[in-house]
Amino acid sequence: MATLEFSSSLGNTAPPAGIANPTIVASLEDISKTYYMGALAVEVLHGVSLEFFAGDYISIMGPSGCGKSTLMNILGCLDQPTAGKYFLGNEDTSQMLDDELSTIRGARLGFIFQSYNLIQQLNVLENIEMPLFYQGYAAKQSNEIAMGLAERVGLGDRVDHKPFELSGGQQQRVAIARALAVDPLIILADEPTGNLDTKSGAEILKLFDELHGQGKTLIMVTHSDELAERSQRWVRLLDGRVESDDRRDS
Amino acid sequence: MDGWKVMTDAILESPLTRPAAHSHSSGRVRFSLVRYKKITQVGIKSIYSHGLRSLLTVLGIVIGVAAVIAMLAVSEGASFEAQQQFRDLGASNILVKSVKPAEVEETSRQGFGPPQAIVYGLTLMDVDTIRNSIPGISNVIASRIVKKNVWNLGISMNTDVVGTAVDYPVSRNYNLQAGRFFSESEVRDHANVVVLSAEVADALFPIDNPLGGSIKIDSDYYNVIGIMEPEGFSNLGQNQAGASNSAPSRIFIPFSASKSRFGETTTRQTAGGMESETVELHEAIIQVDDQEAVIEVGEIIDQILQRRHKKVDYTIEVPLALLRQAEESALRDSIVAGAIAGISLLVGGIGIMNIMLASVTERTREIGIRRALGAKKRDIIAQFLIEAVILSGVGGLIGVVLGIMIPFIISAFWGMTTIVTPIAPVLAFSISAMIGVIFGIYPSMRAADMDPVEALRHE
Repeated sequence: MATLEFSSSLGNTAPPAGIANPTIVASLEDISKTYYMGALAVEVLHGVSLEFFAGDYISIMGPSGCGKSTLMNILGCLDQPTAGKYFLGNEDTSQMLDDELSTIRGARLGFIFQSYNLIQQLNVLENIEMPLFYQGYAAKQSNEIAMGLAERVGLGDRVDHKPFELSGGQQQRVAIARALAVDPLIILADEPTGNLDTKSGAEILKLFDELHGQGKTLIMVTHSDELAERSQRWVRLLDGRVESDDRRDS
Repeated sequence: MDGWKVMTDAILESPLTRPAAHSHSSGRVRFSLVRYKKITQVGIKSIYSHGLRSLLTVLGIVIGVAAVIAMLAVSEGASFEAQQQFRDLGASNILVKSVKPAEVEETSRQGFGPPQAIVYGLTLMDVDTIRNSIPGISNVIASRIVKKNVWNLGISMNTDVVGTAVDYPVSRNYNLQAGRFFSESEVRDHANVVVLSAEVADALFPIDNPLGGSIKIDSDYYNVIGIMEPEGFSNLGQNQAGASNSAPSRIFIPFSASKSRFGETTTRQTAGGMESETVELHEAIIQVDDQEAVIEVGEIIDQILQRRHKKVDYTIEVPLALLRQAEESALRDSIVAGAIAGISLLVGGIGIMNIMLASVTERTREIGIRRALGAKKRDIIAQFLIEAVILSGVGGLIGVVLGIMIPFIISAFWGMTTIVTPIAPVLAFSISAMIGVIFGIYPSMRAADMDPVEALRHE
């Protein structure tokens, strides 16, 4: 079981070994996405079907223009598919209204962006608290959670710093803490080390490994082989289709 | 390994939306106070971090609100002053005055010989007719006003000698400062008594007490029995237009005394030679019982006098009508002031909208981040709307402070009466807050309607 298994049955990757009856956290069923630019219709995704299991550590890879970003936007409930169904947890998101999408984003997903996307006017603690605020946590409770997470990512002594006072690696750690704040079902990371030097990048990857070790489900878009190597499952996209979907059994 | 599954299952089973942080109701968190407090803090922070820009934005509202309050205070003060003048004349009085008719001059110049006396003006017969034919007239005080040189030893001055009745001070709301006014019996007896206006008393008796002293008019001496209070500039009882604005210099003697001492014909030196005129009465104050009827009675008096006089040698002044006019023009002034101030508030509001739109564009990325982290459209709307309201509210508050200060400064330096009515600051402030909402709506809607994907991509 230690060999890499190349599955050819797309969208039907076997669950990680060693877990009986695994929980499916997200599943895409025949997802298509078409963009309309005036009269021109561009189909970016053609019938993508994937299942993600609890504790998965997935890299989504592929050349530019293959539909990675679109797929991530759909997974992140920032965009709706033109056709097909997307189940996040127990919810079917394909028919959701804008408000419901906001709610499910805030409650079930954690976002980590390439350019950190912290809010510059707010300090570290306030940035981490933000998702909690939109979920309606009481100030005291969200403060406690945010303090705990700031310490966990090693920034417990910098909670009152503004983002511009931090290094890139530190900012990305704040972003990770923010993504963990609501205890999401899935953490979505878009080129998380893309803007970082090797050393900071390595720190971030170490954090990801820890999260994976704790059973978090991570989905990550990356060009970096180094980053992809750490993950457990690789989904390759080409021209809007799933080209390959491989799993390493650990 | 099963721990993962347990954990994930726990997340899956947790409710999507959390119960309200502070309310114990089972309802979803929509707009709790905590939420507003936090959004307000974010708004204040954002305004504060763009200090200069926010200040400039707010300037329009500050000026608008201050202008509303100051303009209303000034116009209110001016109308109060005007109304006070007419109120002093007595709201239930009608003043009838003799005026020299314009055409008379020409006819009197015909022929040679000594100048003929021009006869014009009100007569006692007119007054009696008015008194007897109109019901509801409580009193008529007829006066003769003759210009004379009056003397106290070596000091002299030219003044109006008013021959009048005992009720004159009461009818004019005009009180004595010292001594008394003359009595009925003194009027009956043609007594040589005189009441001085405060100004005349000061001029003629610079050192000693005028009371008990005497003054000389022509060749007769009159005992000073009273001094009126200073009149100021307002209630001269003269026609507003062309009235001299100098301090009133007048003295009062009994009507009977005036008639018997000075006669009815007065002669005066003019550029063209001597000019004589015969006027029986110079003015009559007609008091009406019912204030409501004053304007109507004024019209009736006009009709009576038109029938009795061939020429228009009289004027009728109804202070109440003038008061109404003053009130009307004050209202007009307020409307004009309000419109101007309203325009400046509108401009201020457009300024706020402009800055809010710039702020929305500048913070596109932030909007995208907030949306990704679970902010609903209405959260974004609330955030920008609150920001706009804070901006205009702070501007309004500064404007209110300035607007209350400016009238004080105007009063202190220019001596104008200004009145800040409590409604003005309240009105101006609520309008500014309203402008914040109205002009904040469009930018916040634009912020909320952004596509989160596009917003996150924005540089």
